[in-house]
Amino acid sequence: MATATRTPTPQTSPAPPPEAAPSRSGRVQRLLRYNWLGGLAGWVWVVVVMVPIYWIVVSSFKTQSNFFASNPMLPPAEPSLDSYRLVIESDFVRYFANSVVVTVGAIVPAVLMAFMAAYAIVRGGDSIFLRLSNSVFLMGLAIPLQAVIIPVYLIIIRLRMYDTLGGMILPSIAFAIPLSVLVLSNFIRDVPRELFESMRLDGASEWTTMWRLAFPLTRPALVTVTIYNALLTWNNFLLPLILTQNPEKRTLPLALWSFQGQYGVNVPAVLASVVLTTLPILVFYALGRRQLLAGLTAGFGK
Amino acid sequence: MTVGPAAPPVLPAAAPRGGGRRGPLWWLVLPALFFFTVFGVVPLLGVVALSFARWNGIGAITPGGLEAWRAVLGDPGLLHSLWVTFEIMAVSWLVQTPASILLGTFLAGPQRYRGFLAVLYVVPLLLSSAAIAVTWKALLDPNFGLGAGLGWSLLSQNWLGEGGLAVGVIIFIVSWQFVPFHALIYQGGVRQIPRSLYEAAEIDGAGRVRQFFSVTVPQLKYTIITSSTLMVVGSLTFFDLIFVLTAGGPGDATRVLAVEMYQTGFLGNQMGPASAIAVIIVFSGLIIAQVIRRLGGRDPSASQLEGM
Repeated sequence: MATATRTPTPQTSPAPPPEAAPSRSGRVQRLLRYNWLGGLAGWVWVVVVMVPIYWIVVSSFKTQSNFFASNPMLPPAEPSLDSYRLVIESDFVRYFANSVVVTVGAIVPAVLMAFMAAYAIVRGGDSIFLRLSNSVFLMGLAIPLQAVIIPVYLIIIRLRMYDTLGGMILPSIAFAIPLSVLVLSNFIRDVPRELFESMRLDGASEWTTMWRLAFPLTRPALVTVTIYNALLTWNNFLLPLILTQNPEKRTLPLALWSFQGQYGVNVPAVLASVVLTTLPILVFYALGRRQLLAGLTAGFGK
Repeated sequence: MTVGPAAPPVLPAAAPRGGGRRGPLWWLVLPALFFFTVFGVVPLLGVVALSFARWNGIGAITPGGLEAWRAVLGDPGLLHSLWVTFEIMAVSWLVQTPASILLGTFLAGPQRYRGFLAVLYVVPLLLSSAAIAVTWKALLDPNFGLGAGLGWSLLSQNWLGEGGLAVGVIIFIVSWQFVPFHALIYQGGVRQIPRSLYEAAEIDGAGRVRQFFSVTVPQLKYTIITSSTLMVVGSLTFFDLIFVLTAGGPGDATRVLAVEMYQTGFLGNQMGPASAIAVIIVFSGLIIAQVIRRLGGRDPSASQLEGM
């Protein structure tokens, strides 16, 4: 059906550029078919996106004096790692480790709990409690962390977890749950019912069915949800800003902010810290691009 | 990929329940529900409660009646931050929506190089807002930034030092960061438009541009609603970017609601009024989301697999 359109209708030709109207040749037609406006926007946007990123990378390999003297868009004549050395010596490894602990510590339990909840919501039958829980999670999608940060701060103080990594982990778990439940339950719903049925006939318990059948079948969605939430947690700035004071407990985004104050006009060092904090994400992106993109639009990709 | 054919979602009622030795499942929800209740639902109620209290962030919390609300609503600063928030919300919507639709339509094409471009587009989305703010602050610096280095006077203005310019810069950076995200949403939307509509339009003699406005845009209605809701509600909570980039300055030119809340509560030690501002943020978001939904008339919680 689609191929039928390949032969354009010659006489009634497109309205916009009038001079093309009387053309007999298919070539003009084809040129018009090309989405030139979109194409132009597409390439312009690549430039807009890539110029700052190119500038960050190039500049981070310059020395401070070289940075001011050279053309900003040219790579340095002799690349220097001084800025990177400076950043790594400023306790970077500690901040990096903190970020890893918070991200892994929050996302692994969050995804497992969300999976169990999603399984129960889909498979639990006609339970008012489950339906209510589902509405709570759906409502949770609309609660922004920023708006509830003051009570979260109060709760963390009262739990005596201020200035601990655990204090950042607990709220991160909570805020990773709603979207995970939504995505995972949509996915579990698509598992053919016969599979559950046959597990039941084999005498498997609900617990076994969940881990042996649903968990492996849901893997693509689990990966998506994990990567997406890990990205959000890794990049979170508000929680460490509010819930920590001790520089030793900082995670990377907050450390970046303080590097900026600390290095002042040493722009290459500031930019090297940006590169170093972003590198792990880019590695992840290279490895799991498909899942990450799926995750970024999960729940709204419609 | 492993999703089965477009089977309708299994009705919960159809699932085997209760019978035999199969235990109930409801307890599986408890861990997730517990965490989300303690750190999501309780704080939501708590922020309302705290807006009627007196608390400096450290000491005891005492009831304060309407004091905080009176202070906030009587403060011209609130009106100003409402205005700045609204301005950034509206202009960034106006900038991002056409750009995202255009890019999304472009990305939906089958050509392989477009996929490659999409890979590059997403990079800003991966950076933390703090990293983005730090980068742009360095890049736009009038003395040490890109403009100064290239010697282009047009680029070496005091971008973050003048109120109007700073707002523009924030809108630009927000678009830089989020247009790719919305373009991806639109890409998904465009790919679901039935080919036959374009064939019909073609037979009727509609050109590319006409097809775009008469088929693509109307067919994207629900996608536009989804994307606009995310854009507008999301812009209520911009904090990291603005806080690191300008901290609300110069003066109060970019002090949006979230920054105002932080400064009132955590710097000014007035948690009551700060909570009142937080309540305003939550309610503005809910109201705006409802208005947009009314305009389009669709349940946002509907399955994303619907119609696939």
